Amino acid sequence: MKCDVCQQKEASIFLTQIAEGKMHKVNLCDSCAQEKGVTNPTGFGLTEMLGDAAVAGTVVKRATSPTERTCPDCGFSQSDFKKTGRFGCSTCYLVFSDGLDALLEAMHKHTRHRGKVPARLASTKNMQERLNELEEGLQACIGSQNFEKAAWYRDQIARLKEDTPAAQAMSQEGAEEP
Amino acid sequence: MKFETLLRKPAEWMRSTGPSHEIVSTSRVRLARNITGHPFPGWGKHQERIAVMGIIRPIVEQLPEMRDSFSEEMTSLNAIQKQVLVERHLVSREHAAKGPGCATVMNRQQTVSIMINEEDHLRMQALRPGLQLRAAFEQLSGIDSVLEQKLDFAFDENYGYLTSCPTNLGTGMRASAMLHLPGLVLSEQIGQTIQGANRIGLAVRGLYGEGTEALANLFQISNQATLGRSEEAIIDHLETVIQDIMESERNARFRLVEEKPAMIMDQVGRAFAILRYAHTLPSKEALNLLSLTRLGCDLGVFAPEDAEIVNLLLTEIQPAHLQVEAKRRLSAEERDSLRAEIIRRNLKNLPEPDFNGIVPPRDSEHE
Repeated sequence: MKCDVCQQKEASIFLTQIAEGKMHKVNLCDSCAQEKGVTNPTGFGLTEMLGDAAVAGTVVKRATSPTERTCPDCGFSQSDFKKTGRFGCSTCYLVFSDGLDALLEAMHKHTRHRGKVPARLASTKNMQERLNELEEGLQACIGSQNFEKAAWYRDQIARLKEDTPAAQAMSQEGAEEP
Repeated sequence: MKFETLLRKPAEWMRSTGPSHEIVSTSRVRLARNITGHPFPGWGKHQERIAVMGIIRPIVEQLPEMRDSFSEEMTSLNAIQKQVLVERHLVSREHAAKGPGCATVMNRQQTVSIMINEEDHLRMQALRPGLQLRAAFEQLSGIDSVLEQKLDFAFDENYGYLTSCPTNLGTGMRASAMLHLPGLVLSEQIGQTIQGANRIGLAVRGLYGEGTEALANLFQISNQATLGRSEEAIIDHLETVIQDIMESERNARFRLVEEKPAMIMDQVGRAFAILRYAHTLPSKEALNLLSLTRLGCDLGVFAPEDAEIVNLLLTEIQPAHLQVEAKRRLSAEERDSLRAEIIRRNLKNLPEPDFNGIVPPRDSEHE
């Protein structure tokens, strides 16, 4: 997402402010945030900044009506998330994906899933990742001479190949290669 | 299976015969799953929760593990019955308080329990005695693989399994072990151990999970992050840390016996004496004394097989278990008195404590 002010750089700061009962949101890059003095959240007004941005010809979604974004499937809104810290349904993860990565990074130190994938969604790509991952674990255990754990990893690899046709097909392809 | 039948049989993991059971009392793995096209339980209305339960419950009941299972809606259980399930770690405190559309299905051995419409549509857990995280995970993952053929689980290529709370996103897995650490507590190293675990992303909590006090020197250690590492890697890491903590606990016990044998003998001896003869025992005191008696079993003061009685008592003296035993509601005073009675009865046949293993030989005549 681009910065609302300069329209050049990627936005890295996402602001929401409620002024006179209306919600305002602005997305800024680091340098514009610096320039606007956003480092001190109490010392500025978003409404003024929205004015500036409008001058720069930016399209900023103004909160003219109470048009807070809501999930089309379950009616959940951003402020519900602020209140509860939980989402309304699985679609919410798509609807409220802005800024989600920053939140996940803080919680998990990661933003992308690794691990089990339902068999019906298993693709060659994610199965390859999964096998590589388990293989890494296996090698690490062999390296540290932990053979009990190594055997467990080996079993997990075998089970994955057994359970998911995609992984099976792949390992056969691999086997055919010289 | 009826609730009364369930109650009469202690859960398999309540007896202490797992690997490394002198320190790891239980291992538990839980997976969170949701189905697509329905709001999460916390956001959905009553009718929606009831509809989701209608979809999920029959499929769960058909699992081979759930043959002759206990399956009940939370609203059809009374307060004491629900509390018994909480005290056995079979349902969460939150789930016990739930209204219509929430159910629990568990197997006969009480080693697998599946909560429907807790915070997520499905919260499945496997519990085992001792250090058996990998076995617990494999069993649960097997159940998950069967269920995913019939239920359309909410999954995103990037975010993994989608959960009501983003703290569970990704694998949806929380693996935990209950560790008995009297050595680290008595030698005042426990704070350091907890901080060390926190620093590497593990949570340490009390006997009944989040926000509960560490009673009976029992500490529950679990992974915090669920996203970005595979289930195998999370368990592998947790297990490595548990092995380290076990090592520290063994060292702490060894050092206490070496350096402060009189203190250890006194603590274990007094604990046993009080448990053996007291006529009123508040829960907290009883749990802490049982922990010291358990330590006595590990140090050879009592026979190792006596650890089983002590372990069973840890659960059976909890408030709801006592009220089931009494078949009526009990006041706090009545509970303390019944608790003491049950403990006296169970410890009656334990032989005199034998401290010879702890007392260092005083003379060197034989050498």
